[in-house]
Amino acid sequence: MQLTVWTYEGPPHVGAMRVATAMEGLHYVLHAPQGDTYADLLFTMIERNAKRPPVTYTTFQARDLGSDTAELFKTAARDAYLRFKPQAMIVGASCTAELIQDDPGGLSKALNLPIPVIPLELPSYQRKENYGASETFYQIVRALAGPTAPVLGTPRPVRVSGQRPRCNLLGPTALGFRHRDDVVEITKLLNELGIDINVVAPMGATPADIARLGEADFNVVMYPETASQAAQWLTRTFGQPATKIVPIGVGATHDFINEVAKLAGVDAAPLLNNTTSRAKWYAKSVDSTYLTSKRVFVFGDATHAVAAARIAKEEMGFTVVGIGTYSREFAREVREAAKIYGVEALITDDYLEVEAKVAELQPELVLGTQMERHIAKRFGVPCAVISAPVHVQDFPARYSPQMGFEGASVLFDTWVHPLMMGLEEHLIGMFRGDNEFHADAAPSHLGAAHKPLQNVVSPLVAAAQIGASVFEPILGLTSVSTPSSAAATIAGWALEAEKELNKIPFFVRGKARRNTERFASERGMSLITVETLYDAKAHFSR
Amino acid sequence: MSSAALATAGGSDTTVIPIIRERGQREVFCGLTGIIWLHRKIQDAFFLVVGSRTCAHLIQSAAGVMIFAEPRFATAIIDERDLAGLADCNEELDRIVNQLLTRRPDIRLLFLVGSCPSEVIKLDLSRASSRLSKKFSPNVRVLNYSGSGIETTFTQGEDACLASMVPDLPAAPADAETSLMVVGSLADVVEDQFIRLFAALNIGPVRFFPPRHAADLAPVGKNTRYILAQPFLADTARALEERGATRIDAPFPLGVEGTTLWLKAVADVWGVSSGTFDAATATARERATRAVARYREELSGKRVFFFPDSQLEIPLARFLARELDVELVEVGTPFLHKQHLARELELMPKGVQLSEGQHVENQLDRCRAAKPDLVVCGLGLANPLEAEGMTTKWSIELVFTPIQGYDQAADLAELFARPLVRRMRLVA
Repeated sequence: MQLTVWTYEGPPHVGAMRVATAMEGLHYVLHAPQGDTYADLLFTMIERNAKRPPVTYTTFQARDLGSDTAELFKTAARDAYLRFKPQAMIVGASCTAELIQDDPGGLSKALNLPIPVIPLELPSYQRKENYGASETFYQIVRALAGPTAPVLGTPRPVRVSGQRPRCNLLGPTALGFRHRDDVVEITKLLNELGIDINVVAPMGATPADIARLGEADFNVVMYPETASQAAQWLTRTFGQPATKIVPIGVGATHDFINEVAKLAGVDAAPLLNNTTSRAKWYAKSVDSTYLTSKRVFVFGDATHAVAAARIAKEEMGFTVVGIGTYSREFAREVREAAKIYGVEALITDDYLEVEAKVAELQPELVLGTQMERHIAKRFGVPCAVISAPVHVQDFPARYSPQMGFEGASVLFDTWVHPLMMGLEEHLIGMFRGDNEFHADAAPSHLGAAHKPLQNVVSPLVAAAQIGASVFEPILGLTSVSTPSSAAATIAGWALEAEKELNKIPFFVRGKARRNTERFASERGMSLITVETLYDAKAHFSR
Repeated sequence: MSSAALATAGGSDTTVIPIIRERGQREVFCGLTGIIWLHRKIQDAFFLVVGSRTCAHLIQSAAGVMIFAEPRFATAIIDERDLAGLADCNEELDRIVNQLLTRRPDIRLLFLVGSCPSEVIKLDLSRASSRLSKKFSPNVRVLNYSGSGIETTFTQGEDACLASMVPDLPAAPADAETSLMVVGSLADVVEDQFIRLFAALNIGPVRFFPPRHAADLAPVGKNTRYILAQPFLADTARALEERGATRIDAPFPLGVEGTTLWLKAVADVWGVSSGTFDAATATARERATRAVARYREELSGKRVFFFPDSQLEIPLARFLARELDVELVEVGTPFLHKQHLARELELMPKGVQLSEGQHVENQLDRCRAAKPDLVVCGLGLANPLEAEGMTTKWSIELVFTPIQGYDQAADLAELFARPLVRRMRLVA
C-alpha cells in the first residue's frame, strides 16, 4: 500500500480513455463498477469536450457480483455496438473488474461482432495512466495496421520521384497538455518543409486511418510517453524510421527540423534560414538580463521536463537546480538530462517528496505541473505550468502550442510572466512606505474615495535589480540549507538587524534570514546584529 | 440491460405516480465523493480511503481543484504486492495509519473508507478499525464505512458515514428530556438559522448530526426525536431507531413550503401552538416568499428534466413545481426511499413521471425527444448536452451549495434560473 494525497497520473484505463476519446469511430467497453463514470467529466469539464467520451461502462453493483457480471458485460458490449456502430472496439477492465476476472476479451470474442474487437490487459495495481495510453495505442495500431504489414524483411518501396514525402504524427491524445495546438504547429512546420501528413493518431484518427499508418515514409513521435511503443513496432513491421527529438524550444525545433529533413530527404536550410523566433530575440533583449542565473526547478512528465530544462539553460539563461519526473517509464531519459545540469534527477510520484525538494532547493522559479503550482504557491515562489496532469486552465481558448517556434514564444511568455509579477510585488513592497503608496492610501489620481490600486510601471523594474543584487551573495548559495527546522537554536535578531533585513526584497528575504540564522548558529552566536548580517553575506558570497 | 419496468409510488391509493425502473449504465458518482463535503463538515476528521489509484483519482477530480492546503483525505493505494499476498494488507494499513497520524496529530477521528477493490478482496475494515481504535485511543477514534460504488451511490456515502458514527453516540439517560436531533450535513450557516428558529419556537435541546467536531456527539435514546434534513439517510435512520430514537415524518426543508412543513412537523411534536409558530416563522417566511417570487417569472412554465444524482431530485422537483410553476418532464432519482419520501410524494403534481435507477442511453433518448427547457444532470453529461443545444444545470452544485431553509430558498431558485438567464443573454 502507498499513502497518496494527490496523484500525478490516473489509473491505466483512464489512459485508454484518452486514446479512445481522441479517436473517431472507436468505442471502448469498460467493465467497471458504478462510480467509475466519474472519468467522463475529465473530458467534458477539463477539456470542455462537446461530446461524451465514447465509453460504455458496465457499472456493476454488489447485487450483480452475486449473479452474473460476465453476462452484464456481454449485454453492454452488444448494446454499445448496436447503438454506436463503431468501426472497431476496445474492451477491458478497470481496477475492480480486474479482480473479478471476467475476461472481457474472451467474452467479446464470443459475441462474434462484425468489427475488430481489441482486448486490453492493463494491470491497474501496477501501472498508471501514461502506460495505459501507450499500451492501448500500441494494441490498436498492432491490431488494425498489422493486417497490411509486408512480409518481414521486405524493403520499403521507393517513393515515386516528385511525390512529396509523407509522415505520421504519433502521440497526441485527449486530455494531453496542449496536444491540440501542437498538432497544428507541427503540421504547419512539416508542410513548410515539403512534407505531407499521412495520419495523425490517435487524435482525430479513425480505425481506417490507423490501418493505413504503414503508407507513410516515417513517423514523428510527438509524445514518447504515449507513442514510442507503437512507433517502435511500426519501425520493426513497416521499416518506418521514427524521430527522436521532441521540438519543444527553439534549439530543439532546429534539431527536429534537421532530423525530419534527413528522414524525408528534403533540404532544411531554406526553412532554417527563413525563421525568426521572437522568443530568441526577447531572451536577448536587455529587459531579459534580469532572467540571468535564476534558479529553476523543473518537474513534469519526462518529455516536457527534459525539454524545459534545456530551454531554461540554453534559451533563458537560467540555472537548473533540480529536475524530476513522475514518469518512471522514462526515468533513464531524465537521469541523462540531469547529468547535463550536474544535478540528481528526482524520480517520484509522491508529491510530498517533490514539495520537500522544492523546500530544500529554494528555487526562484518552479516549472512544473498543477501540483507544483500549489507547492510553489505555498512557498511564495513563482511558477509556470509545463506539463500534464492537466487542469481546465491548460486548455486555453486561444492558440497556445508548446512545440515549434510559436510554442517557444508561448513558453517565453508563460515562464516570464510569473517572474514579472514577482518583481511587481517587490516594487509594491519597496514603495509601501511612500505617502502615496502605503497600503491604506488611495491612488492620488483617483481622488480620496477610491481603494488603493496596487500597480507599478515597468521602467522601475531596473531599480528592483539593484535591491536584489546587493544581497545576492546571501542568497546565492552553493550549499543548500534545509528548511528552518534544521537549526535547533536560532539566534535572536537585534532590532537594527531586523530593520536591515527588511530592506532586502521580500521574495529573497526568507532565504537571507535562514542563511544568516544558520551562519549565526554555526558560530554559536545568540544575537544577530547588522554586522552578523553582512558577515553572513560575505561568507556566502561566491 | 434495457429492461424497463413500470411501477407506482405513493403513500396512499389516491396518489399514483408512474415510475420507470431501468437497469443499464448508471452515470453517477460512488459514495467516496461524499468525502468532499464530509471532511469540511467534521473539521477534525480525516478520511482514509483504502482503495485503488482510481479512487484517489476520483476524489481528486471530484474536488475539482487541488485544494491548496493539505487535505484531510487521502488514499491508501492497494498494489500488486498486497494482492499477491506478498504484503499483509492489515500490516500495511497499520503502517500507513501510523504514518498518517504522525504527520497529522490534529486528527481526532479517522474514517477508514472501504472501496470497490477493498470490498471485492474482502479486506475487513471493521476489524482493522477496532484494532487501530484500541491502539490510538483516547487521542484518535477510528471508524469505518464503505463508500464503494458497488455498495453506494453518491450521497449514500454520507449515509454510510453517519451510520458508522451512530454506535459511538453516547446513550441519553432514560429520564432525559425530549430532545431534537437534526440529521444530515447542512452548511454551518443553515444550521445557525435553524438554531435561531428552534429557539424562537422554544424547541430544544437541539443537536445536529454530523457534528462540526468529532468529540461533539449528541446523546441518543428513547426520548430523542430526530428529523432528516437530507433525503438519502436510510441506514443512518435505521441505526438511530435501533438506539431508540423516533423519526419525525416531514417533507424536506427545501423551498418556503418545504421549510415550513419541516419546522411545523417538529413544532407539532413539541406542542407549539399555531399562533406561536406563525409568529416565530412569519418574518423569514414572508421574506423568502418575496425573494422566491422574483424567480417565478423566469421559471414559470419551463419544462425541467432531472437525471438521477443525489436523491435530492424529488424534493427539488416538488419545490420547482409548487413554488415556481415549473413543469416536470421526468424526475430521475438513483434510489427512491418510499417511506422517507412519503410526504414529498404526496405533494408532487399528479401524474409526474419518476424514474429510479438508470439506463443513461435510454434516458438521454427520452430527454432529447422531450426537448426540455432545462436539464439537471451530472458533469459528465452537461457540456455534451449544451453542445446539442440544451440548457443544463450541474446537479452537483445542488449538493455543495447551502440550499435548505427559508433564507436559501431564493438562492435555490436562482440556481435553476441562472442557466436560462445566461442562455438568453448570450443569444441577445
